[in-house]
Amino acid sequence: MRVSVTNRAFLPLAAAAMATVLAGCGSQIADPASAGSTASSGTSCVDTSGSSVKVGFINSLSGTMAISESTVFDSLTLAAEEINASGGVLGKKLEVISEDGASEPTKFAERAGKLIQQDCTAAVFGGWTSSSRKAMLPVFEANDALLFYPVQYEGLESSKNIFYTGATTNQQIIPALDYLAEQGTKSLFLVGSDYVFPRTANKIIQAYAEAKGIEVLGEEYAPLGSTEFSTIVNKVRDSKADAVFNTLNGDSNVAFFRQYKSVGLTADTMPVVSVSIAEEEVPGVGLDNVQGQLTAWDYYQTLDTPANKKFVAAFKAKFGSERVTSDPMEAAYTSLYLWKAMVEKAGSFEVDKVQAAADGVSFEAPEGMVTVNGENNHITKTPRIGKINADGLIDTVWSSPEAVEPDPFLATYDWAKDLAK
Amino acid sequence: MKSLLHGRMGTAAGFTLGAVLLLGVAPAVLPAFNLALLGKFLCFAIVAVGIGLAWGRGGMLTLGQGVFFGLGAYIMAMHMKLADASLFGGSGVPDFMSLYGSGEVPGWWEPFRSPAVTLLAVVLVPGLVALVLGLAIFKRRVKGAYFAILSQALAAAFAVFLIGQQATTGGSNGLNGFRSFFGFDLKDPNNKLMLYMIAAIVLLLSLAAARQLMHSRLGELLVAVRDQEERVRFLGYDPATVKTVIYVVAAVLAGIAGALFVPLVGIISPADVGVIPSIAFLIGVAIGGRATLLGPVLGAVGVAAAQSSLSSTFPSFWVYFQGLLFVLVIGFMPGGLASLPALVRRRRRTPSAAATHEAAVEPAAAGAAAPSPAAPDPVSPTPAAPDPEARRKATTSEEVSR
Repeated sequence: MRVSVTNRAFLPLAAAAMATVLAGCGSQIADPASAGSTASSGTSCVDTSGSSVKVGFINSLSGTMAISESTVFDSLTLAAEEINASGGVLGKKLEVISEDGASEPTKFAERAGKLIQQDCTAAVFGGWTSSSRKAMLPVFEANDALLFYPVQYEGLESSKNIFYTGATTNQQIIPALDYLAEQGTKSLFLVGSDYVFPRTANKIIQAYAEAKGIEVLGEEYAPLGSTEFSTIVNKVRDSKADAVFNTLNGDSNVAFFRQYKSVGLTADTMPVVSVSIAEEEVPGVGLDNVQGQLTAWDYYQTLDTPANKKFVAAFKAKFGSERVTSDPMEAAYTSLYLWKAMVEKAGSFEVDKVQAAADGVSFEAPEGMVTVNGENNHITKTPRIGKINADGLIDTVWSSPEAVEPDPFLATYDWAKDLAK
Repeated sequence: MKSLLHGRMGTAAGFTLGAVLLLGVAPAVLPAFNLALLGKFLCFAIVAVGIGLAWGRGGMLTLGQGVFFGLGAYIMAMHMKLADASLFGGSGVPDFMSLYGSGEVPGWWEPFRSPAVTLLAVVLVPGLVALVLGLAIFKRRVKGAYFAILSQALAAAFAVFLIGQQATTGGSNGLNGFRSFFGFDLKDPNNKLMLYMIAAIVLLLSLAAARQLMHSRLGELLVAVRDQEERVRFLGYDPATVKTVIYVVAAVLAGIAGALFVPLVGIISPADVGVIPSIAFLIGVAIGGRATLLGPVLGAVGVAAAQSSLSSTFPSFWVYFQGLLFVLVIGFMPGGLASLPALVRRRRRTPSAAATHEAAVEPAAAGAAAPSPAAPDPVSPTPAAPDPEARRKATTSEEVSR
């Protein structure tokens, strides 16, 4: 055998390098309690000395989620322009740095790290899927930075580094169930995509149904992106349930509703309540397929509030009259204004001061007045049930009489005691 | 100069230079965020070393390395989740399990509480899976496109399986939020540097191992199997054994890379192990030069770095660019960028009118090869390589192995 010089030269080198590494290595965790307190190792590098301040937008501009998340990016852009036109925040213009999450959790984590550590942004806005939020959460906590997350989600989460401006379950799913119960619904069929939001939502629905005497006749999941629904729709039809609760996401809705219609089911005979179909998704799913079906959100483009009229007009003026506005877009737009209000209340861009000032900050949002709950970093929202009309927009058929306090862990609901251990 | 570069001393000098660059210069020059990114790229480079062996030298189009990468990564992630749960929670149950599952740790997680078992499993599990697969596939003489399709289907199935197990694998969320690595605090910048160093050292070691393998009798046999499998069989060797061994080596490298990826990047999800990442591993290797030692490494790091910097500016453009680059390389330069110097040399020898073309190509080639002065002469992956130098080399090492 040939003996190579390589190994002889290389091994001592490797050993030396290894020794250097181990000699220079940092703290081991001896006492977990003290390890937790060293959290703010990422000292903030935010530069507020100039006439502008950097903020980060992180949305999937490529990949499967791009079609939804680019709309959120648009409304964030609108909010930033409006704020800059009216003098900025604390007299400083917003300088937006945008990153692409590429619909991959790992990418979201990496890009969020860049926005915080390299770009030194004062706050970051965006994210859509639960997996993108879960991926970013430890990054924001480790660097002690701020994320504003604008989409309804499955709850059971609260971080001092994330502000949740979309609905949690008691502002969307539970009101929808209350509405159905009020309408005399005695049985439900649950259909969802197979990932964390539908699974958690359905766990909550099961618990609610058990407490309120509603029968759940079936719970079916389709893989994300699946377009094969004949089996599931046949099960739905045969169940003769009073209503269907739909937590499908994305393309699956197209196939589901097409199949639903083709077996003769209609909004009159068996209404479907969807929590992931907003104005933006209606054309994609096909207006024919979903007209008359129900949705549960906190905002619709048709809302008759002065703030909403202004928001819709500004959005259409900037992006075109054919564009629509939806709940996540409104929540994203609101999130930037809420951050502005927090910063102005704190008189500072520093994260800990903004966090301290957050409680009670409110904003006259397109959906109505929203107020930040400093305990769980969620905001008050007004749940609304909507019906998809002939124009592809959504009319409010029921609205909560007042804004609902966020309760991400459903602590105030007796029947939900076992859900959030 | 040239003889120095291609000699044994040159190889040693090359490794030393690589070590100085990775272990000395990079940590000194790069800010923490970029160093962590480089660490991630180095993980991809370790996978690429394995693909270079299996695909470049062995002709096995491994479209499913994400599976082995994922096995290593998830094993490490499970250990880190369990260790965190005992260190910080006290309950010993990872947070997501109580949120989405029964709140009990499934039995097949338990072995990974032990650091020793984890480290062994990171190597053994991908290795054993590849061994079983390799024997099953290669003994049946499945090759070419069928092997590629099979390995890709495996990657797809693996990702679907992971997504379906919300309560035990974290589903589409994957596993993340790690706070410690074998007792070391992951927030400490020194520990992050240590992780980077470990990745760099593992890469250097795997390069050294790959070089030894390439120049061993097995390495020669491997190239022979790639180019003329039947003839090797007639000579009395079993090509299936040769291929299986290399397939296992590539899988083990991917597994180790996955295990390093998790503490460095802080997350592993099905989106990192499915079909798309498996193909992405391959693209860097093809562009860099799959049959060479350093081509795959430089290609993997280069493509990952380009993606990282370009995809933010041109999010949708990047995918097309990557695809175009892949098509161009496969179509016009099957040997990858590493074959550029050889191509240029050949053109120079033939007095064609390619003078202007050469002038344009040379600096690029020099740039691509800059950190790798010790690249062994690229053996062209096409069987009829008219490169006398490579042929001479092959004969000498054949003599040695006898």
